[in-house]
Amino acid sequence: MSVVTDPARPAVAPEAPKSVRRRRSSGFNSVSPREKVARYLLLVFVLLITIGPFLWQLSTSLKGSGEDIYTRIPRLLPAQPTFDHYKEVTDTIPVWDYARNSLVVAFLVVGGNVIGASLAGFALSRLQFRGRKIVLGLFLATLVLPGEVTIISQYVTVREFGLANTLFGVALPGMIGALNVLLMYNAFRSLPVEVDQAAVVDGANAWQRFLYIGLPSVRGTISVVAIFAFIGAWDDFLWPLIVLTDPNKYTLTVGLQYLSGTFSNNPRLIAAGTMIAFIPIVIVFATLQRFFFKGVEEGAVKG
Amino acid sequence: MRYNRWFTPWVLVIPALVWLLVFNLWPSINTVILSFTNAKPIGGGHFVGLKNFETLLHDEQLRWALLNSVIYMVVCLPFLTVLPLLLAVLVEKKLPGITFFRTAFYTPVVASAVVVALIWQWILDDRGLVNGLAEKLGVISGPLPFLSDQWLLLLSAISLTIWKGLGYYMIIYLAALGNVGRELHEAAAVDGAGPLRRFVHVTIPGVRGTMILISILISVSALRVFSELFILSGGKGGPGGRDNSVVMLIQQYSQGFEGNLGYASALSIVLFFVTVVPMLVLARLNRRGAEA
Repeated sequence: MSVVTDPARPAVAPEAPKSVRRRRSSGFNSVSPREKVARYLLLVFVLLITIGPFLWQLSTSLKGSGEDIYTRIPRLLPAQPTFDHYKEVTDTIPVWDYARNSLVVAFLVVGGNVIGASLAGFALSRLQFRGRKIVLGLFLATLVLPGEVTIISQYVTVREFGLANTLFGVALPGMIGALNVLLMYNAFRSLPVEVDQAAVVDGANAWQRFLYIGLPSVRGTISVVAIFAFIGAWDDFLWPLIVLTDPNKYTLTVGLQYLSGTFSNNPRLIAAGTMIAFIPIVIVFATLQRFFFKGVEEGAVKG
Repeated sequence: MRYNRWFTPWVLVIPALVWLLVFNLWPSINTVILSFTNAKPIGGGHFVGLKNFETLLHDEQLRWALLNSVIYMVVCLPFLTVLPLLLAVLVEKKLPGITFFRTAFYTPVVASAVVVALIWQWILDDRGLVNGLAEKLGVISGPLPFLSDQWLLLLSAISLTIWKGLGYYMIIYLAALGNVGRELHEAAAVDGAGPLRRFVHVTIPGVRGTMILISILISVSALRVFSELFILSGGKGGPGGRDNSVVMLIQQYSQGFEGNLGYASALSIVLFFVTVVPMLVLARLNRRGAEA
């Protein structure tokens, strides 16, 4: 496998005499070739475990109807690759409508969290006001409460607003998450106070300080909040399952569950449906992963 | 020092505060109120006193759900505290292509639980990948009923949860590993400690706080399990409804004409106390360890 050996350092056993401790001789930062090979072997092994099931599902979704998917010797590559099952799924069930519904909910949740959480996070960390500590305590206290505990009365609240069985009702409660407010609070707090004081001397008001000093310095955390909000909304299952009763309004996850009941005798179709829900989120994450991992290094996920 | 008018901070905080009050605090109070009623999903209902709580005591499905939750937690805890740490150590070193591996290991976290559960449903099917391979290798003579046997179904869902959680906790450990001083590792290496001893005596103590935090996260999320069991059991909760989780019961009572939001709220209160216990135990453990 080409990944295992680095051309600059072929995987040949080092010629150093055995009495020399390799760990010392090779320096602390460099990795000995043997360790490198072992590490890559392990990495590939874990890769198979984490990615394998997705590949298997992708392969099933592409296998022709005449192909035996139950064969005892599993074939990863389809013998008669076809997109027919994708077409059949989208013809029978309004998958694109589900995807659009999921997208609407996800955008509402991302927008709400990015705006609401950064405004509140900024005020709580950069502005002095009476009651600040109490408000902060309230946000912290809700973290102890698992969302599922209040999901029923949340539904009652949404129903009282006349939003049961609407996409807006699905998005609404998650539009400003307490955890996101705290993440933004943490991010803004790492900015030195002197910067604020200098801006005040220059005559900047709170709003200007938020826009021109605060926001540009917390981009990493904002992207983590946005990515997590998007993924959370797109993947959520229980809440839309409770709120939505009309099949036309289903989001992708609820629609998929409905689909799996309809096509339980044809794994190829279910596989095609799951891939339609899975591929967009993977693309979103793969494109934004460098912001995500940067945000992690900035400390946004330390909890 | 104040640099702003008194109401400016409130203008910024109020949207988030309103959300907190309307969608977090009020629902927690309302859950308690609802638990004394027989409110219906479509509306209506009246005060019924302690009736819901009396029903709880004799609810056989709840007993199974609680047992399943405890098993779920006990099995998930060791695997998800240890394996992700090993993974984090593996991806910590910045080898060429490591970003690809980190991203790939995180993929199961990014995918919806519904998607991964449907994928596993197919892999664990009577004629699926696992049974097919095992039969081919002659390990088993007939297919193992991963999705229809009460205990195998629970075990399948647990493995799915562990598999899906690996990347998530790996990332948290990775952030924590960055804070373990390299000097400590170097000093230990100079003293002749091998990789294993350094892992046990430098890495583990260095991420101890994170480990406790992660144990709390694992326990609470194991007790809150829903999608994995729901999808793998086809929404039925296994044979005789013995593979339900507490959240699955809450969901069942939240719908249809048979639904009872009052009873669902009483179940929610049970869920709250169930999740608070591991939090308190582990937080206390943390404090005691910090004093020692």
